[in-house]
Amino acid sequence: MRYSGFKVIKEALTGHRGWGPAWRDAAPKASYDYVIIGGGGHGLATAYYLAKEFKQARIAVLEKGWIGGGNVGRNTTIIRSNYLLDGNEPFYEFSLKLWEGLEQDLNYNAMVSQRGILNLIHTDAQRDAFIRRGNAMMLNGADADLLTTAQIVARYPFLNVNDARFPIKGGLAQHRGGTVRHDAVAWGYARAADQRGVDIIQNCEVTGFRIENGTCLGVETSRGFIGANKVGACVAGSSSRLMSHAGMRLPIESHVLQAFVSEGLKPVLPGVITFGAGHFYCSQSDKGGLVFGGDIDGYNSYAQRGNLPVVEDVCEGGMAIFPMLGRARLLRMWGGIMDMSMDGSPIIDRTHIAGLYFNGGWCYGGFKATPASGFAYAHLLATDTPHPTATAYRFDRFALGRMIDEKGMGNQPNLH
Amino acid sequence: MLINHPTLGPRDASEFVYKGDAALIRRPAPDAPDALEQFIDYGYLRDNPAGAHRELWFHEQGDRSWLVVTRDTLTHEITDVELARDVARREGRSK
Amino acid sequence: MTQENRLQGGLIDRSRTISFRFDDKWMKGHPGDTLASALLANGVRLMGRSFKYHRPRGPLSAGSEEPNAIVELRDGARREPNTRATTAELFDGLTAQSQNRWPSLTFDALSINDRLSSFFAAGFYYKTFMWPAAFWEKLYEPMIRRAAGLGSLSLQADPDSYDKGYLHCDLLIIGAGPAGLAAALTAAESGLNVILADEDSRPGGRLNAETFAMGQHSGSDWAAETAERLSAMPNVRVMTRTTVLGAFDHGIYGALERVSDHLPVPPEGKPRQILWRIYSTRAILAAGATERPIVFENNDRPGIMMAGALRAYANRWAATPAQEIAVFTNNDDGHRTAQDLLAKGVTVTAVIDTRPDAPKGNGYEVIAGGTITNTSGRLGLSKIEVTDARGTRRSLNCGALGVTGGWNPNVSLTCHQRGRPTWNADIHAFVPGGTLPQGMTVVGAADGLFSTHAALTSGADVAASIVADLGRTVTRPDLPQAEDTPVALTPFWHVQGAKRAWVDQQNDVTAKDIKLAHQENFTSVEHLKRYTTLGMATDQGKTSNTAGMAIMAEVAGKSIPEVGTTMFRPPYTPTAIGAFAGRSRGADFRPTRKTPSHFWAEEQGAVFVEVGMWLRAQWFPRAGETHWRQSVDREVLQTRRSVGICDVTTLGKIDVQGADAAAFLNMIYCNAFAKLPVGRTRYGLMLREDGIAMDDGTAARLAEDHFVVTTTTANAVTVYRHMEFVRQCLCPDMDVQLISTTEAWAQFSVAGPNARKLLQKVVDPEVDLSNDGFPFMACGEITVCGSLRARLFRISFSGELAYEIAVPTRYGDAMIRRLMEAGREFDVVPYGTEALGVMRIEKGHAAGNELNGTTTALNLGMGKMVSDKKDSIGAVLSRREGLNTPDALRLVGLRPVDRANPVPAGAHLMTRGSPVDAAHDQGYVTSACYSPNLGHAIALAFLKSGDTRMGEVLRLVSPLTGVEHDVEVVSAHFVDPEGERLRA
Repeated sequence: MRYSGFKVIKEALTGHRGWGPAWRDAAPKASYDYVIIGGGGHGLATAYYLAKEFKQARIAVLEKGWIGGGNVGRNTTIIRSNYLLDGNEPFYEFSLKLWEGLEQDLNYNAMVSQRGILNLIHTDAQRDAFIRRGNAMMLNGADADLLTTAQIVARYPFLNVNDARFPIKGGLAQHRGGTVRHDAVAWGYARAADQRGVDIIQNCEVTGFRIENGTCLGVETSRGFIGANKVGACVAGSSSRLMSHAGMRLPIESHVLQAFVSEGLKPVLPGVITFGAGHFYCSQSDKGGLVFGGDIDGYNSYAQRGNLPVVEDVCEGGMAIFPMLGRARLLRMWGGIMDMSMDGSPIIDRTHIAGLYFNGGWCYGGFKATPASGFAYAHLLATDTPHPTATAYRFDRFALGRMIDEKGMGNQPNLH
Repeated sequence: MLINHPTLGPRDASEFVYKGDAALIRRPAPDAPDALEQFIDYGYLRDNPAGAHRELWFHEQGDRSWLVVTRDTLTHEITDVELARDVARREGRSK
Repeated sequence: MTQENRLQGGLIDRSRTISFRFDDKWMKGHPGDTLASALLANGVRLMGRSFKYHRPRGPLSAGSEEPNAIVELRDGARREPNTRATTAELFDGLTAQSQNRWPSLTFDALSINDRLSSFFAAGFYYKTFMWPAAFWEKLYEPMIRRAAGLGSLSLQADPDSYDKGYLHCDLLIIGAGPAGLAAALTAAESGLNVILADEDSRPGGRLNAETFAMGQHSGSDWAAETAERLSAMPNVRVMTRTTVLGAFDHGIYGALERVSDHLPVPPEGKPRQILWRIYSTRAILAAGATERPIVFENNDRPGIMMAGALRAYANRWAATPAQEIAVFTNNDDGHRTAQDLLAKGVTVTAVIDTRPDAPKGNGYEVIAGGTITNTSGRLGLSKIEVTDARGTRRSLNCGALGVTGGWNPNVSLTCHQRGRPTWNADIHAFVPGGTLPQGMTVVGAADGLFSTHAALTSGADVAASIVADLGRTVTRPDLPQAEDTPVALTPFWHVQGAKRAWVDQQNDVTAKDIKLAHQENFTSVEHLKRYTTLGMATDQGKTSNTAGMAIMAEVAGKSIPEVGTTMFRPPYTPTAIGAFAGRSRGADFRPTRKTPSHFWAEEQGAVFVEVGMWLRAQWFPRAGETHWRQSVDREVLQTRRSVGICDVTTLGKIDVQGADAAAFLNMIYCNAFAKLPVGRTRYGLMLREDGIAMDDGTAARLAEDHFVVTTTTANAVTVYRHMEFVRQCLCPDMDVQLISTTEAWAQFSVAGPNARKLLQKVVDPEVDLSNDGFPFMACGEITVCGSLRARLFRISFSGELAYEIAVPTRYGDAMIRRLMEAGREFDVVPYGTEALGVMRIEKGHAAGNELNGTTTALNLGMGKMVSDKKDSIGAVLSRREGLNTPDALRLVGLRPVDRANPVPAGAHLMTRGSPVDAAHDQGYVTSACYSPNLGHAIALAFLKSGDTRMGEVLRLVSPLTGVEHDVEVVSAHFVDPEGERLRA
């Protein structure tokens, strides 16, 4: 069933009886060509692109709970490709381009809104670093724009420029960055994958891998064994737990990242803004809530909830640049579990076990990567070669000393 | 969170700075023939368990001791706190 | 306007009449009123508009669960959007505006959405607005955004202040209703340190809203007396207007005290609110319960509210939404409502009880087995359509309708650590379940014990068991006799066939939307919420979630617990962001660290710059200088020509002492330190364990067992932490002690050809500063200015003959004045961080821009420093192949081919003639400046194989800033490459 304005009007006039399920609840079959573990954004996107771009069939997505229940449903919805390093920038720019055509491709309005993202600059050294980054973006074909303080204040007249502890000295903008309605990404991919025959199996938890002679033959699940020619793990946040069933230790720690939303407010923030001297970034959703976040809590956790010190730290950052926020109310706080990798960059790679593939380590950058991650993972699964934009996302980069460390913090995951 | 410091009693976790898995105490010998492989494992691979986790915290806003805290990563419950120095000695580290 | 709907009695202070304004109307009320009760008393039922359809709305509740009656409170910079009229305490002069309507509350143009509602079904926006693609951002989204949102921010800085505080107690009791008060009495009389917190201004909970007797007292009197008695006890802190907003790890609770929200403005010196962090050994959750509605056609008109809210308005606030009221119920509370209203002189049209065996009415008509099948009244309820048990429809006039579908325990705080409530089939509600936050026990209605007697008993019993657990003797207080009515309820969630029947009133989620969600396979509770936005509004579904799940259960053919459970996240009620930030805002966002010469530099008119938390002098403008470059060039030239002074206190200083101090530094630095003689300083490069450069600095050996290590300003804290890690975790038996002395010593760089002459005038006479007596890289403990202890290091960042002299911090201000005085004859110049930067670039020294966390010793041109003769942190992993490729980046100098051009930092480097793109990137400029000594721009850069490309001309590109021209690769040592000056 195609969605369209015409269809919406027709259904409105006929009591909405014609709408069918957005996706089928499939029962697991005995075996598949591809089993994707994880019904989050990346897993669903992988299944979709496997079917659509790589013309593969017999694909299942296994989800232990409900699809979109992980980080795709609990992030701050930002998309951007403002990366510095060559290992990253082409990949995220590819992702941004996929976002730009996503809704037509999926026939689903995920509300891709390129309202721009702005990183504030507070010191000369920060400006130097952002100029280097902006140039790297442009050399990779992305857009970047260095703004003056006056230009920024014109767009955000309520920024604190009077008594700021860290004065604003400009900003690096990416006008093509923005936000996307996060849940809709999962649903849109699920619906489009389902239409191409992908089995989406909810409430199906993978409890182990069947590995014989170094080859993965399928997965043990809460709903029985499911055979597979290729198994793709795609469960960022739980990667270490899942891969431990295959005897693997990963260059990953799990950390909780909190996010926040305010009560609904009439539009004030035109785009996404990131405070460069505190831990705070913010945008406003179409419903009017200010969606904001900051740093991870900083300790290993699988608990999907954080603690007060980080809440306070994030709100301090908010008040530092937007002192009008004092009387806006924080409505809800929640936590997601991040695969914090050893260099802050992800992994899309084969494992040492034949037929078992891995996608994870997204730190808190996974949402914006969803389309490219799905595409690149599908490419790897279908062709056994990395997608050209994802060649650096290998397990062996740590052994080889080829880290992709955007922040330069080294092998301590909670600093990325 | 509260960390029950072995010498100072319960202190708010915000006085501490977190480092990671207490396995970082087990730094490999640099002169082993496979030292590079061992260091890659030491530097980059983690158990990252969902459950009890022995981990390093630094009392930066306090007595500047490193602690080994045993904490459940699912519930955040802390079951044991030791001075890292004692743990290191017990694990055979010296000079 | 008269208070036409003001009743007799109540807990308001009728001795005073106060004025308030809602939109453009001034009205009267009394202290003790909320904005909602005062508006109702004045005959106002319409207080807001819904989110999507802009339906007219009045209050649904009388508490913090309110979804409908939300307003912009106060004016100007103090405007508070989305404030619940039901909890806003009335004060004289209060002003409030309705929100989310245009042009007025009674005529709202966007209520056209209501007419078009069938086009705006759940999730409609996911299915359309896609063509043409560009129209989403240009047309559709701006339209949606303008229509969405609720209240408006003022766009001005919040003028009020917020405080934070920390409290400790044996027992935190959340909620001061009967259960909480009984628990508090028991715990307090048994000697525990108790905090009793309640969101209301008045302790008592439902006792203030009901007509229950407590022994010989009225419920509200008993509550007031009990709270007073508790307040008088030294071991009790009764906190009213205090919402416990979240349960965090290890018994820590966040609580918001609204100190001044009930006043026109905060009193002088008082904050608006205080965010408390409460550290509790145990906690009792006595948060009560929230009444839930029955869903029926057009159930959202102003005047339709919870039956319990009607009782609260009548009994506590002596206000009623109308003089003719009907009640719709599935339980005995409906009848209690009718009785309370009758007692207040309100006409009760009928009680429509869904139960065929409904009790008989006592002075009012009961329609047993009846349902409400429609309502009318555009801006306020005027009629209801009742269908009785036989299916006969009749119309009843009424201006208000009380609805009750039973009560839901307030389980919110039990969920904050992922505890999942469980379904209790006896009371047809979710009760606390799963693992509760550490130390928490739930009592009273929050635990599903709905009678007052049960609340008192459970509160007292649980408190007694906690007292015993904590090893104290239990003293049981006398508790009054109270009602013990069993729950008499037959579940009834929604009237069959109803379509435009609201479940989530604020977000306009109707029964039909839930059915559509099911039809489209959004059946799990989380999908239901996210697809329809059920429970996502400012009330977080407190009144709507259960009904929504019940309807989903029905259409899915499941039971409610099979559909799922409702989970809540902090905060319990929406909380001002300003309160979480507290005093950390504006200039106080972060501490400001000032150097010992700060006040002196201020006197000189210095321009300051933020360096981490520090403020450092950036340059010292002189009269006539109109551009910063003039000042900086002068400072550089004068330093190189004669002598300059710079405060370098901000560099990290770490004292390393002990017999194993040298061995320890050997471990910390990649280069060797064991053989450094006493009285000498050495440059040291520190690697992280992953082989990447972490920091650099100097280590001065003051004695065999005593070193002073310096770090960069930015890394002072992390380097110290790292050194302690190595000391305690890796080398626990080394005899070495560390202490950070950054704040203990004021340190000044004295640089330039006349540095020695100047210093000679300051040090005590016996100090030999000659090149032989104190050569380059010498260090020592000396005395200055007549036996003041000092440390002297002959180290140079500028490349000049230079010293760094350190004195105890309290002498720092005197020292800079003394140095400047002594230097007057040499025309000494103070220089700031800009000149410091220029001179270090001229000299080719790496700094923060080069030590950026991704560079190796090899990149920095110091590959040979990494000793392979000893173990040191980072040595092994620095040998990985990817860090040692032939085309590795190398630090080089750059100068523009056309000397008039700049060489901006952040620009990238391309081989001449190659395409300008990432694939052909050769490196990037890290630091750049104008060199007044050379008369043109210079820069440091990382360039692939840079060590072999001296003299090559490259294309420098900065598309971001529109710069592109040729530069030449040169040595990074622009000035005095042989180092003759610093050894002079």
